[in-house]
Order: sequence, then structure tokens, then C-alpha cells
Amino acid sequence: MSDTAVNLTTKKDWASDQEVRWCPGCGDYGILQAVQQLMPDLGVTPENTVFISGIGCSSRFPYYMNTYGMHSIHGRAPAIATGLKVARPDLDVWVITGDGDGLSIGGNHLIHALRRNVNLTILLFNNRIYGLTKGQFSPTSELGKVTKSTPFGSIDPPFNPLAIAIGAEASFVARTHDLDRQHMMSIFKAAHDHQGASFVEIYQNCNVFNDGQFSEVTKRSVRDEMMIDLVQGEKILFGAERQRGVMMGSDGFLKLVDVADVGIDKILVHDRYAPHPSLAAALARLSHDDHSPTPFGIFRETERPEYAGAVSAQVAAASERNGPGDLGALLRSNGTWSVA
Amino acid sequence: MTDTIDRSGTSGATPESEVLDRLVVRFAGDSGDGMQLTGDRFTSVSASFGNDLSTLPDFPAEIRAPAGTVNGVSSFQVHISDHDITTPGDEPNVLVAMNPAALKADLHRLEMGGTLIINEDAFDERNLEKAEYESNPLDDGTISGYRVIKVPMTSMTKDACEPLGVKPRDAERSKNFFALGLVSFMYTRPIQPTLDWIEQKFSKNEQVAAANAAALKAGFHFGETTEQVGHRYEVRPASLPPGEYTSITGNTALAWGLVAAGQLAKLPVTLGSYPITPASDILHELSRHKHFGIRTVQAEDEIAAAGMALGAAYAGHLGVTTTSGPGLALKSETISLATAIELPMLIIDIQRGGPSTGLPTKTEAADLNLALYGRHGEAPLPVVASYTPAQCFHAAIEAVRIALKYRTPVILLSDGYLANGSEPWLIPEIDSLPDISVPFQTEFNGTDGDGNPTYLPYLRDPDTLARPWAIPGTPGLMHRVGGLEKSDETGNVNYTPANHQLMGDLRQAKLDRIASDYPATEVHGDADADICLLTWGSTYAAVHAAWQRQRRAGHQLAWIHLTHLSPLPNDLGDLLRKFPKVLVPELNRGQLCNVVRGKYLVDAKSVSKMSGLPFRTAEIEAAIEEART
Repeated sequence: MSDTAVNLTTKKDWASDQEVRWCPGCGDYGILQAVQQLMPDLGVTPENTVFISGIGCSSRFPYYMNTYGMHSIHGRAPAIATGLKVARPDLDVWVITGDGDGLSIGGNHLIHALRRNVNLTILLFNNRIYGLTKGQFSPTSELGKVTKSTPFGSIDPPFNPLAIAIGAEASFVARTHDLDRQHMMSIFKAAHDHQGASFVEIYQNCNVFNDGQFSEVTKRSVRDEMMIDLVQGEKILFGAERQRGVMMGSDGFLKLVDVADVGIDKILVHDRYAPHPSLAAALARLSHDDHSPTPFGIFRETERPEYAGAVSAQVAAASERNGPGDLGALLRSNGTWSVA
Repeated sequence: MTDTIDRSGTSGATPESEVLDRLVVRFAGDSGDGMQLTGDRFTSVSASFGNDLSTLPDFPAEIRAPAGTVNGVSSFQVHISDHDITTPGDEPNVLVAMNPAALKADLHRLEMGGTLIINEDAFDERNLEKAEYESNPLDDGTISGYRVIKVPMTSMTKDACEPLGVKPRDAERSKNFFALGLVSFMYTRPIQPTLDWIEQKFSKNEQVAAANAAALKAGFHFGETTEQVGHRYEVRPASLPPGEYTSITGNTALAWGLVAAGQLAKLPVTLGSYPITPASDILHELSRHKHFGIRTVQAEDEIAAAGMALGAAYAGHLGVTTTSGPGLALKSETISLATAIELPMLIIDIQRGGPSTGLPTKTEAADLNLALYGRHGEAPLPVVASYTPAQCFHAAIEAVRIALKYRTPVILLSDGYLANGSEPWLIPEIDSLPDISVPFQTEFNGTDGDGNPTYLPYLRDPDTLARPWAIPGTPGLMHRVGGLEKSDETGNVNYTPANHQLMGDLRQAKLDRIASDYPATEVHGDADADICLLTWGSTYAAVHAAWQRQRRAGHQLAWIHLTHLSPLPNDLGDLLRKFPKVLVPELNRGQLCNVVRGKYLVDAKSVSKMSGLPFRTAEIEAAIEEART
């Protein structure tokens, strides 16, 4: 509700005094700009906001935000953020991670934060490469990728981050990309406002070690044909004339079709609130590479109990039931005897 | 169970009973026979009778190891006395063997001429074969050196339960209560407290309650009527300091110590923990006490559990993680980060036999090196070790005190023996416990380059060198912490050589200052003795007993016990150098011994045991006698 909320802060209030040290031209700059520009619209304050990151290029992010923050350990940000949020549900907690940090070394923590539905806003910068260690393949790199550690081509099949998030029962799943600040801001805002674990994959260009990985999908000249904008309650159409769409075939698989061939009635209507994750899962798997039409937007958003709130509720219920803790009584709770 | 147990009327002593000053009973049976429960009840009744006591549960790692095999034997040893004791006893005076495997596993422990109580129903061909006895030990002379009481416990339990309509197979499961009843008669333990306990414990299953009660009474009455028992024995109450007591295990004491530490620090406790033997009981216990504001999270793994504790610490909670050796190894990277970002955090390691999965249910104290050194880079941190089950309560408070005052992760070492062992505990007055609270930073504490007020997250307290603790939600004090080397005072990322040297020096200097809080190190016994014992952890028990016996026998002997293993006390080196001989008994291959040799250049000798069991008093005495000659 940015048009009605009073902005307590300006973009400047959210930038720290630290010099930003990503490589010139890195996609991370655009994401940082989008987040800093969005924050005043969220109606939150820097002192109640915490950014937790792991290790990797993207994980330098907290240093550049004038909020509380922790640049932690490779892969562990979701776990640290879970402890923080459980202790202090009143705080707004963001997790900044990357494809290596979140899906390789920290894959376990990511899926469990999503499963528990901790109210975290998780931004995964996916550049399909290890940047900070100077260019090894990542768990989202395509098969056959030639890197320093795979001179004969990678033989590791890649993960699909959104499919993992949906499989881990994430209650909010979205994709955006680093070239469209307005799109990022709208997705980040929806992710922030969602009560539960929000997972956002950001296609992010690494111009040093993996330049142009996403350009066949995201560059301006091809966007109309290659980016499928998911809009709640509307037919899933794309193309300059919205002449193409997504339909479910008789075999149960989604396919890309010309509207003229099948008729507009056959085109799927997007429902991110669908209780069952099957449509979101199918949309997440619609594109298998970076050379074909790819959906962007919010794939899934469902309501289910939030973890830190549930922890607090148990603490509150126990206090209600037993009264405040009485240490003296606790030390006598296993039976006592007296020696005169 | 907040009722106070009334000692009056609990004595089952009879005029014809003979008085013993101490008694060691070992209950041994199959894993499914309920030996831990039986031992626990015998202990509880003895405790409320006023005996001093010490226990040693000894059970297999398998939940249900193959029934009837030696590997599946579960034992519980309890030492009760009319005087101050610290160990569960070297040799049992009484062994209760519920099956052939139990006899095979534990007969060698029984003192020669000791009392052997046998469930003879279990000595059938099949069970003898499972225990790999080639002939029946009841008939072949194996047990001829002992006072043997053979009782058909299984069938007598079935008979006792028959009028209740309990199926024979279900009735058989109550035979441990028959054994308890018989031992209770023989050693004049009253059964009423256990009858009350059964009624409460099994209130949801009346038939089970009735069967257990019937079996207990049948065992007691059998003792009364059989001529095998002869006369009865009793152990009189110990002359313990007056006050209110409870019986407590190390893990319960640790959990309660954490509850207390939270109250004393005025901080909510958040525990991240991953189930691991023998530490899980702390997670279980704390999860029951949420009305103290305690939050517990069963994490997805050990690393996450440490991360959650650290996240909670950054948020301003008392962040705790509990584990055993393998888990401590996994938490290492997070602990290193905690030393770098200088946040209070408590890591509890209930040591067990290693390496790797090792002996999960047996005790060892071989994680000292890991606790002292098991991090990357120079990441010094305080290490505290508990030394008796009840003392775990105070160790937890002390570890938290250091963590908060110095803004540092602290490792607290306990072990499987302390965790599951129990002893009577004089419940402390709450008012006698220390205030360990520290203030959060809420105001600017410096100026930036332009002269504007600012928050300097690494501006240190000149006395403690601790940095301020400003928690999220505090206006104006937003700051970032992280693993990259940071500038002193500002905390900004800084890679310069001089700053890294300075920060490393400061981290070490901060640790060193902790020792200035310690009281003077106590030398027990004879300060001018030739031999000084140096101990830490649960070795306290056997060394205490051995030290007492040696001195009673007229030998000069000194003993120093350490609760702080990092930093070591400032006076320790000078104290140790006064003694020609320093012996360091440890349940490892000499880890503390090597530390003091390296640090103080004293010719300390290691007394090592690595069998998964605590030291016996006799083993310590033998080492002392060898050193003397």
C-alpha cells in the first residue's frame, strides 16, 4: 500500500556509509538499488530490519544496508536468521544468498527454513556460477559448462531453484531479474508482505565469470517473446501481441502454444493462491534452459502457520497455563527431602 | 511432583537388620527389562531415606539390541552410604542378574563373596545359548565364590499378577519390580514410595500399575518368607548438611542451570539443538519449561543448531546449543564466527566415547583438545568443565556469566557419566545465586569522521575488553557484524596488516582477562606433598575418593581440580611447579597433561583411561602408589 502509507524514511536512510565493492557492471548493484528504493515504501524502520547473508558475492549485501545485519557463514544464513526470528518475531528479517551459498553448501538450511515457514524474505541471487572464488560451476550451472574446475564440461545436472522451493513447501515463490528494477521492487514488496518464508529467485548477471547467461531471455529486445509474465487471475500469455500462451496438454504437461491454434479458452489462468502446488511446480519447470520462454512473477503464495509465531504462541500458552516460571519450584519439581 | 517426601516413616529398618556403612548394588538385565527404571527407583528411595549416593547407568547404544545377548545388557549401578561419597563404587556388593547375558557381562565386577541375585527362570537353554554359555553357570561352579540367591522371578511375577487378569506375557514385564521388591526387603528400603510412584506414573494404565505394584509387593514378601535371604542389612542416613535435597542427574542440573542463568541474566533463553546421545535430555528438559520464556528449536542439523543460537544471541537472547563430540566438530565454523563477531553464546558438549560415533552411551573426556583448539585461525575462547552431576547447575551459570560479561562463545564440557549419573543435591537458595546480567548498549558511544555521534560496535570496555552489545530494534545503533576482519572500534571491514595483528591481540587479551575473575586456585590436602593430582571434569569423583583414602592411610597428597580450562588460572603454573610429581588422571590420552607440560614446563605424568567407563578409585590409588615408589 505504498500509495497510502506514510513513508517514515527515504532511500538514503537505508544506504550504509560503506563503499560498495562489487565488480563494475555486476547485476548485484541493480538489486541493491531496488531494495534500497523499496524500503521506504514498506513502512518499516532501519532499526527493526536485519539482513543476514552467507558467503559469496551476493552476501556482501548487508554491509551496504544501513540496518542491523550479519555477514555470516557460507550457507548458514537461513539457520542464523531462523534463530534471530524465533528470538525476535518483531524484527523484519531478510536473507541474502546465492546459488552456491543457498543451494550447495547451505541447501539443507534453505529447505528447512522454507519447510518451517519462518517469516523470512529470502532473496537468492542466481548467476549460475561461483564468482567470489573466481569462476567454478555452481549447482545451477548447465550441464557441459566449461569452467576452471570443469575444463571438459560440467557433468553435474543443475538444480531448478523454484522447483526446490516448491518441493520444500515454500509458501511464497517468485522469480525476477536484475535488469528490471520496478519488477524487482514489486516482487520484493509482495515477498516482504507475505507472512511466512518467501523465496525469490533473481536472475543476476555475473559480467566477469558468466556474462550474458540470461540475456537470451532478459535483454530488452527479446523480453516480449521470452519472458512470460505471471499475473494473478489472468491468462498466461506472452509475445508482443500476446499471441502465445501456456496450456495444459492432454498428457498433463504444460506446453507453449499459439493462441490462434488452440483458442483462448484453452489458455491457463494463473492462480498463485491455488492450494495445491502442482500448477506452480509445472510452471517452475516450464523452462529447462536459458534459451526458451521463461515465467517471471509470483508462482505461488499460500497461507500456513508461520514458525516463529508458533514458537511464541507455545511460550505464551505455557505461561498462561503455568504462570510465570518459578525457579524455586522448578528445583523442587522432582521431589525433595529434608535433612535436619 | 512438588510434594516434599517425608522421611519419617520411610525407614523399613528392623531390629534384626545389620548395619552397613555403604552398599553398591548393580541391577543388570536385558535392554527391555527396565533395569534403568529399577535402579532409578532404588536410588530415589535411598535418597529420600537420607543416604548419600552416586549412580552409574551403563547401557548399550542400541535401543533394543538383540534380546538375551551380552551386547544387549543394560545395567544400573548405585552406591549408597552413610557418609560423603562421590563415586558409584568400584565393585558391586550385590549383583542382580535378570538373565544369563547379564551374569556373563557383569559377574566379573562383583566383589568376591558378594551377593548374587539371579532370576533362575531366565536360565533356559535358549538364553544360555544367546549368552554363549556352553554349560549352565548356575550348575558348573561359575558362581561358587558368591552368596547366591536363586529366585524364579518370572514365574513368581506371573503368579502374583494372575488374580489381576493380566496376561502372562504382560505380567512378565513387571519382573523388574519383583527384583526391586526383593532387594528392597534385603536392604531395608521401604516400598511405599515406589507404590505411590507407580500409581502416579501409570495412572493412565491401571492394569500395568496393578501388575507392577503386585510384582513389587511379591518380591518384598518373598524376601520376608524365603530362608535364602537370612538377615537384612541397612545403610543409615548420611550426615549431610541440613536443608532441602533433591536427587538430580547432570543433564537435568545443566538444563535447570540454563533456566536459572536466563533468570539471573534477565534474558530469554533460545536453544538450538539437534538430537544426539547423551545430550538430548537437555533439549527435552528445556522444552518442558517454556513458561520461563524458553524457546527451543530442534534444528535440521548440528550446524543449524549453532547458527540458531548465534542468531538468537545477535537478537539479544541467551543463545545456547547442546551437543556431543561429533556435533561439536560440526559447530566449529559457527563458533569461530562467534569469536570473531564477539557475541555471547553457550555451546555445551556432553562428551562420549569417540572418535566418530564411537561409544555413544559410554563416557569419555577426550574432547578437551577440540574445545580448546578446534577452530580455524586463532579463535581463543573460554572452556568450563562441570565435575559432578549436581555441580552441572552451577557450571552452566558460570559459563553463561563469562559469555555475557566478555561477549564470547563459551564451551561447557560435561560427559556421559555426569549426564546420566545422579546424586543428592542441597537445593541452593535462589537469592544466593549471582546476578549475571549485563546491559545492552542503547546510546551512541563515539563520533564519526565528521564529528557526528555514532555507534562504535567494537569500542571495548577498558576492563574486560568486551565490546558493546546493541541489539536490533535499538534506534540509531544499526551496525553490521561479519566474518571478515573488521576495524577495532568501528567494526568496518578492514584487511590491513596492522589491524589484523591488533584484533588478534585483542581477542587473546580479552580471553586472558577472564582469569582475573577466578578465585585463588585451591590446593586440597598437603601443600608440601611430593605428589599433586591435577584433574578436570568427572574424574573428580574417583580422585576425590582415592585422595581421601590415601590421606586416611597416612600419605601426604595434594590435589588441584580445575573448572576453568581456558584460560587456565593465573596461579596454576606456580602451584604446579612446587610439586616434584604431578599426576593428571584423564579419560583421554593425556590432553590436559600435555597442556600443562607445554604451558608451564612441568614434568606432569598422564594417567590415562580410555575404556568408556569412569575411573575406579582403585585405579587412581594404584597410579598414586606407583608414583610414590
